[in-house]
Amino acid sequence: MRPVTFFRAGSIDEAVAAVSGHPDSAFLAGGTTEIDLLRLNVVQPTLLVDVNDLPLTYLEDIDDGGVRIGAMARMSDVARAQRIVERYPGMSQALLLGASEQLRNMASMGGNMCQRTRCAYFRDGQSPCNKREPGSGCAALTGVNRGHAVLGTSDHCIASHPSDVAVALVALDAVIRTIGPDGTRTIPIESFFLPPDDTPSVEHPLAHGELIVAIDVPAVPVARTSRYVKHRDRVSYEFALVSVFSAMRVDDAGNVAELRLALGGVGTVPWRAHRAEEALIGRPATPENFAAAADAEFADARTTPMNAFKVTFAKRAIVRELSEVTS
Amino acid sequence: MAINQSTAAAVTGVRGPQDVPVTLDVNGSTHAIELEPRVSLLDALREHLDLTGTKKGCDQGTCGACTVWMDGRRVLSCLTLAMSCEGHQIATIEGIAQDGRLHPMQQAFIDHDAFQCGYCTPGQIMSAIALIREGNATTDADIAEHMSGNICRCQAYPNIHAAIREVRDADDGG
Amino acid sequence: MSPVVGKPVNRVDGPDKVTGAGRYCGEIVLPGLAYGLIVGSSIANGRVLSIDETAARAAGGVYGIMTHQNTPKIANQPHLIPSLAGQPAPGESFFPMQDDVVHYWGQPVALVVADSLEGAAHAAALLDITYEAGVPVATIEDGRSSAAEAQTLFGGLMPARDERGDVQGALAKAEVTVDATYHYAANHHNPLETGVTTAQWDGDRLTLWDSTMGVRASQLTVATLLGIPLSDVRVITHFVGGGFGSKAMVWPHVTLAAMAARHVGRPVRLTLTRPQSFTSNGHREEQEQQIRLGAGRDGRLTAIHHRKLSVTSPFDDWAEPATGVSTQIYGCDNYLGEHHLIHGNTLTPTFTRAPGESLGSFSLETAMDQLAYELGMDPIELRIMNHPPVDNHGNAWSSDGMADCLRRGAELFGWSGRDPTPGVREEGNNLIGTGVAGAGYPVAFMMPVQHARARIFNDGSVVVQTSAQEFGIGVTTSMAQVGADALGVDLDVLRFEAGDTDLPNTTSAVGSMGATMQSSAVHNAGTTLRNELIAHAVNDDKSPLHRLSPSSVRVEGGRMSSTLDPSIGESYADLLTRNRLLDLEALGSWTPPPIDTPHGLLTFGAQFAEVAVDKDLGLVRVRRMTGVFAPGRVLNPKLARSQLLGGMLWGLSQALLEGNQIDRQSGRWALNNLGEYLVPVHADIPDVQVEFVEVEDDVVGPLGVKGVGEVGQVGAAAAIANAVFHATGRRMTELPMTAEVVMNGGSPG
Repeated sequence: MRPVTFFRAGSIDEAVAAVSGHPDSAFLAGGTTEIDLLRLNVVQPTLLVDVNDLPLTYLEDIDDGGVRIGAMARMSDVARAQRIVERYPGMSQALLLGASEQLRNMASMGGNMCQRTRCAYFRDGQSPCNKREPGSGCAALTGVNRGHAVLGTSDHCIASHPSDVAVALVALDAVIRTIGPDGTRTIPIESFFLPPDDTPSVEHPLAHGELIVAIDVPAVPVARTSRYVKHRDRVSYEFALVSVFSAMRVDDAGNVAELRLALGGVGTVPWRAHRAEEALIGRPATPENFAAAADAEFADARTTPMNAFKVTFAKRAIVRELSEVTS
Repeated sequence: MAINQSTAAAVTGVRGPQDVPVTLDVNGSTHAIELEPRVSLLDALREHLDLTGTKKGCDQGTCGACTVWMDGRRVLSCLTLAMSCEGHQIATIEGIAQDGRLHPMQQAFIDHDAFQCGYCTPGQIMSAIALIREGNATTDADIAEHMSGNICRCQAYPNIHAAIREVRDADDGG
Repeated sequence: MSPVVGKPVNRVDGPDKVTGAGRYCGEIVLPGLAYGLIVGSSIANGRVLSIDETAARAAGGVYGIMTHQNTPKIANQPHLIPSLAGQPAPGESFFPMQDDVVHYWGQPVALVVADSLEGAAHAAALLDITYEAGVPVATIEDGRSSAAEAQTLFGGLMPARDERGDVQGALAKAEVTVDATYHYAANHHNPLETGVTTAQWDGDRLTLWDSTMGVRASQLTVATLLGIPLSDVRVITHFVGGGFGSKAMVWPHVTLAAMAARHVGRPVRLTLTRPQSFTSNGHREEQEQQIRLGAGRDGRLTAIHHRKLSVTSPFDDWAEPATGVSTQIYGCDNYLGEHHLIHGNTLTPTFTRAPGESLGSFSLETAMDQLAYELGMDPIELRIMNHPPVDNHGNAWSSDGMADCLRRGAELFGWSGRDPTPGVREEGNNLIGTGVAGAGYPVAFMMPVQHARARIFNDGSVVVQTSAQEFGIGVTTSMAQVGADALGVDLDVLRFEAGDTDLPNTTSAVGSMGATMQSSAVHNAGTTLRNELIAHAVNDDKSPLHRLSPSSVRVEGGRMSSTLDPSIGESYADLLTRNRLLDLEALGSWTPPPIDTPHGLLTFGAQFAEVAVDKDLGLVRVRRMTGVFAPGRVLNPKLARSQLLGGMLWGLSQALLEGNQIDRQSGRWALNNLGEYLVPVHADIPDVQVEFVEVEDDVVGPLGVKGVGEVGQVGAAAAIANAVFHATGRRMTELPMTAEVVMNGGSPG
């Protein structure tokens, strides 16, 4: 880690001013990604602006039944907050299945939205990596890429997105609220996570100095029965091979009336399964239709010999999850 | 709301990059030391305060050996900057035994042979005590899941579980 | 007080470990301490063209930078020989930074010493190093065409080929055959404490606090490389944060720490980072194995052909010996074991827990399971039928227990009535299966004479010493027990000192041999001192025991008494005080049997596992494991159980989680941290049951201790794979058995 200067911001204005006024600076929240990557010399800001003191740890009701989550609320607190458990159990589960209790006590919700990939070629600080060093290439394309993405990839990057809770949030159509040097704005979550395309280094639309201050989760009645299931090699403390967030309502006729489906571990971004949703809504909730929907979602999957299993794995995981929710 | 340049210029109190005075509250004592901002809490404890009970296993947030409590909650000291801890109460393994008497969890670890090489042990104990306090030790599955941030390469896990169950079930609750 | 050997005594170092008071080798406080950090090459094959130190030196706080241009030349390059042998024991027959050639990714090319951890890391990152890179060959796939049969293993100590009878002929004639080929990914030890050495010079004398499994090995190796007298090198190691083989040999960083301390004129602590620990202290090599079994319809084995192919470094013919168990655990007149090697761009592989035999036995024991199915026999009965009373040389076992372990395990596990039909037990999304495997691990007498010292003071307190060190095996506890019984004193008056080359010599506690050899030396030191004290007493006309025959004197709780009348006697302390002896001491030694001692020498066991396999997703979860072992005398059942339990769970890890591969473009290990290189966490742990079968052994030392460090792992992965077959009907031939292996791989058995 290179020498850094440190500023502990006492207010949002101060924090935004400090970062936007310094070209080589970064916010420091829970630090669980930032400090790790600083030590690996993958990111190299020279000014760290500590935002842990900011009064952004709240959870409060919005609209009719939605929740606003302060950006500095810790994952462990959000996971166990009554209104999250009741209204979005799948989100609570996603939070609790992420990392470890120590990390969840540290990691903030805003920071989680900025979590970086675990791609070994990104993290090593040396290999060709378009995400770390634009234009240098992508060693993962032909490297060891078992954990890499099969959806949303490009010729320039196949790094998978590591977050669990972000999978829930894309399914819930959350909105990211920010304050930056140019004022406040709101960003729909699916516009927040940018697929790699030609610019893998640009992961979200935040301007320098723009701080996430809250995440709005709208009222989603169907999410009261939502679930998050995470499949991985070991039973705990591991990033997902494949994870599935689902919230589904089947009407009296046995047709899928509402469905929110999102996937982790398979996409370059937290993956909302729009195609599967479209394929199922209005159709009978049967295993055959679930399978067809899963096929549709992965129709454009791009795989390598090492991660091709994820397609089969994910399809089966989707079918199982929807079948269990139905039964 | 726009933040103009005069506000930005008004930001004062940037510290470092050289050594700066830092005050840390560790195990109930106040320590005034000089640190660079890039020093982690883990390295501040081990290299500056000579509190080497907190272990460095990976320095990457993947093993749990560096687990300490900040304001009573367990966190990883390797991914925490020492300067971020000013104004917070830090507790380490050295502060767990009181008046020369082992904490019941420490004694239970010895009695159940819940360690071999001992390197992950301080972190395991800091997590184990916190686990009960959190209410995450109710079932065997809870214990297993919520201790999973602490890796034991010697695989003393079954014995650690036994130690935790014993303390949980003791009258004083540890 | 009754004997303490065999009692479940708590670890004597427990309080130091649970309070954080114990000082590991990277926690030694020395005035002026500087921090060293190795810079590893970022290519796997080629040359260093240039190293620009300008920016690094400008960073401030840098005391020195070593590269191949200014690193002192080593005095001698000892060849790789296992540290147990008591000779210099470099991890590889190569020392880095002597020239500009790069042989493997992560090879040390520079070393930075600075006034802080942060400063060293930053300066290391600022070194501007350019390379000329060649194409690396580091995998079996890349190097297969260059494979050649090895002549010897273990630095020439073992033949690599083991042949008797006519395997091809017997296979051709066999009524039943099994032929299976396996692929095993590389493993890394990953002790929680990475390698670390603190080095301090005082004139010509060097003190190292080295995280090692053998202080003597570190002393010998560093003295040889530096060309300085052994008497000038002291190695102190009071706590080691796990080794598992990674600290059994002495790797370059240990000597580099000493060189750096001399270079900057200060004590230096050199710590391997977690990523560096994947490229700095060996690994269990990627390997392919093939097993061919021939048997009669009656189940008698007639042929075993066991072949291993693996990748080693450019410098050493190193392979885990994979055939030490398959050649003898089952009787078979026609046997061929062979090892083939590819020399590639990796550092030399090394011992990893249950070296060789954990994977060798995986091949053998899954093939035996397959044979049992071919024959329609119970796999336990097949094993017992083929387990011989003698080893492959016709020598009787020093002690056996194999059949008893299998039978007792079957009883504990609930084996009887098991329906062998594969793939028929469904529970929800899972298929359930159970499996068994035999276990054996060689007892290897390749160490020199071992020493220990016992010393009693005139207040009755006792110090027992050896140079052995504690790395989690419980040696300081069990040796205190052995010393107390040998001398006839209570445990609480005895302190066991270890972990220092100034103490009497023992060799590295590796290969499960620590307990055997140390207990033998400690026992002999204790009994020698006891005999001296008794001789004093019976020759002392002021002693109540005067003129008694030494053989009619017993000792308990530090008091000598007549075996005929216990009221006649006196304490050691009284005897010493009266005779104005401040203390008395005795050196004990133990000469191990010759390496070719005419006995069969294996430690036996049996492993059982029950698994649940996700029928769609291929994820395997182990539900319970039972292990029964016959390790001879158990010095401390609490600690021995922990060791065996640990071994069994290492087996689970080997079966399901651990595996690394080299990126073929760069020659770099793909995984280099504990987030992605997976070892078990709390939630992975099933119910585990461990039990002992008692066997007496008068060959392996005066106490009959055979060791528990490795055998717990042997067979565990095979039992799990056999259970996966029972669950799914698919044979697993790849480790780890990850989801995709189980989903797509294997073959219908």
